[in-house]
Amino acid sequence: MAAFKHPQILIASNLADGEVVFLGPSGWERDHRRACVAQNADEAAAFEAAGKRDVSANRVVDVYLADVEIGGDGAPTPLHYRERMRVKGPSVRLDLGKQFPGSAA
Amino acid sequence: MTAVDLRVAQRPNAPVTTYRYDEYDAAFVRERVAEFREQVRRRLSGALTEEEFRPFRLMNGLYLQLHAYMLRVAIPYGTLTARQMRRLADIADRWDKGYGHFTTRQNLQYNWPKLVDTPDILEALADVEMHAIQTSGNCIRNVTADHFAGVAPDEIEDPRPTAEFLRQWSSLHPEFSFLPRKFKIAVTGAEHDRAAIMVHDVGLRILRNERGEIGYQVVVGGGLGRSPFVGKIVGDFVPREDLLAFLEAIMRVYNRFGRRDNKYKARIKILVHEKGIDEIRAAVEAEFAAMDCSVFSHDPAEFERIASFFAPPPYETLPAASSALRTAKLETPAFANFVDVNVSAHKIPGYAIVTVSLKPIGGIPGDATSEQMRVLADASERFGFGELRVSHEQNIILPHVKQDDLLALWRMLEPVGLATANAGLVSDIISCPGLDYCSLATARSIPIAQAISKRFSDMSRQRRIGKLGIKISGCINACGHHHVGAIGVLGLEKKGQESYQITLGGDPTFSASIGEILGPGVTADQVPDVIEHLVDFYLAERAEGEAFIDTWRRIGHVRFKDVLRREGEDGADI
Repeated sequence: MAAFKHPQILIASNLADGEVVFLGPSGWERDHRRACVAQNADEAAAFEAAGKRDVSANRVVDVYLADVEIGGDGAPTPLHYRERMRVKGPSVRLDLGKQFPGSAA
Repeated sequence: MTAVDLRVAQRPNAPVTTYRYDEYDAAFVRERVAEFREQVRRRLSGALTEEEFRPFRLMNGLYLQLHAYMLRVAIPYGTLTARQMRRLADIADRWDKGYGHFTTRQNLQYNWPKLVDTPDILEALADVEMHAIQTSGNCIRNVTADHFAGVAPDEIEDPRPTAEFLRQWSSLHPEFSFLPRKFKIAVTGAEHDRAAIMVHDVGLRILRNERGEIGYQVVVGGGLGRSPFVGKIVGDFVPREDLLAFLEAIMRVYNRFGRRDNKYKARIKILVHEKGIDEIRAAVEAEFAAMDCSVFSHDPAEFERIASFFAPPPYETLPAASSALRTAKLETPAFANFVDVNVSAHKIPGYAIVTVSLKPIGGIPGDATSEQMRVLADASERFGFGELRVSHEQNIILPHVKQDDLLALWRMLEPVGLATANAGLVSDIISCPGLDYCSLATARSIPIAQAISKRFSDMSRQRRIGKLGIKISGCINACGHHHVGAIGVLGLEKKGQESYQITLGGDPTFSASIGEILGPGVTADQVPDVIEHLVDFYLAERAEGEAFIDTWRRIGHVRFKDVLRREGEDGADI
């Protein structure tokens, strides 16, 4: 297991529609601001275990942890630009994806 | 079926020049849709795990990308009818987000389909004789061809019958459904290569020998990706009657000796590179000599049957040059620019080939809205026998337009943003979707294309620069063909940031070459500056009539590197 350096969230894709989802307090959320944040390695491991269970339950696919930083509003923002893209949508179509209300997958 | 489907009422301008499914084709595609519908049902029910389901969805062109699923629809050798284009528009509206992306392999991608809707989408495609089979996976992919096929004046033979022959041979071929890696074939029948055959796993060039017989120069082991290679000739002149057996022999050699232990070394280009073309040629010839060729024996009647689908449409007898066109160009300068840049010579007097650019200034290369698709379908029916082509350069071609009709066509295209007069110019940029959509990408590519396009937004400046191919990839897999761009841009990750490597001297034609790296990577903001400096230097140095690649070859890579170094020293921060 990689060393725990930053807070993390668990990202996946919804099986039925492919939309990016985030592990939240009561299931998978479509808004990353409602994602649970792992503050240590044990919590991250628990997230991963929950993700694996939901892969087996055919709810989500392609599950992985992503490093985040916590903003002033308490919401997590991915550190890597790839995941920042995933929580928003295509940077060249601001009318599509999560960044545009009602236009997610 | 006959070349003209009698179930469809014929219009004066109705399509007659595309392949129509026979009963076998239709049944096979329908069965495949039903099979995938059941596979999706079983996946959603949990009867199939993702690991089990993934090969099935990939075999049907369905990927999981950064934001959603992505469905890649096959457009064999880039040929579409108006009816098919309308259906692509309808699918975009009903199951996607109102647009599609035409790719560098003449296909179309939808970026937002839901898994649960995919069987219905495939059913809708099957209604118009389309599918998404073999647009992914380690199989022989969609066979591509010259987008000017059948109408180019420099053509020896229309490559589409050969491409269709190969499509039928390679579709669900049991020996070649689980190759070491994907396998791409391109065909051209012209003296100028518009299909990039030198950088395909197999490239076919139709030739005529001194006795007037048709045969194929067979090139093997070309490819881009992380290890780019220009293909090498494995057969100088393979007679048509031997083509399938010869290709079968190549595939068997690849299947036997291609590496399966390392996906990065599994393409046939690596095998050709490691063994050498002489050893590969000997192995292919030995296989060819040993195999029972009777099962691949050429059936001239079947080839002629397929070729009949691509018979020329009923052209009118017209003067070689249109006086109406000449007058219209004089009266409307913007139209004149469109004609000068986007219209190519046609083999039939009085007709023209029109390239409809999907690269508006600052736009997303290859994207078309459903409205644009419908206008293109209408335009093809009104002016071009209902036929369209997709080019690997991510544009749409109307291959049979009367010169007399060009002004009316331009007036139809212009209001919907389809009349940008930049075909082949510096803003006609090939670009993969990059990190805006693709899960494999390491950097964005579309915003780079947009920034360059905006930098050169002055169309008169673009025309002064002339033909210049810029190609951009968002990762080393090179879907944006950056290796063969006269100027190539490769997006990478460097220390957690997007970084762009510039290459010069790539060439996708018969004189193919792989671009050479200019220097250290630059930031996204710097890319337009770097390219502008390179273009200015080229303009200062070029000889009369010399394209960028010719100047680069004449004066050498070092001179271009030097000019950038000097600019950097002068404080240009590049």
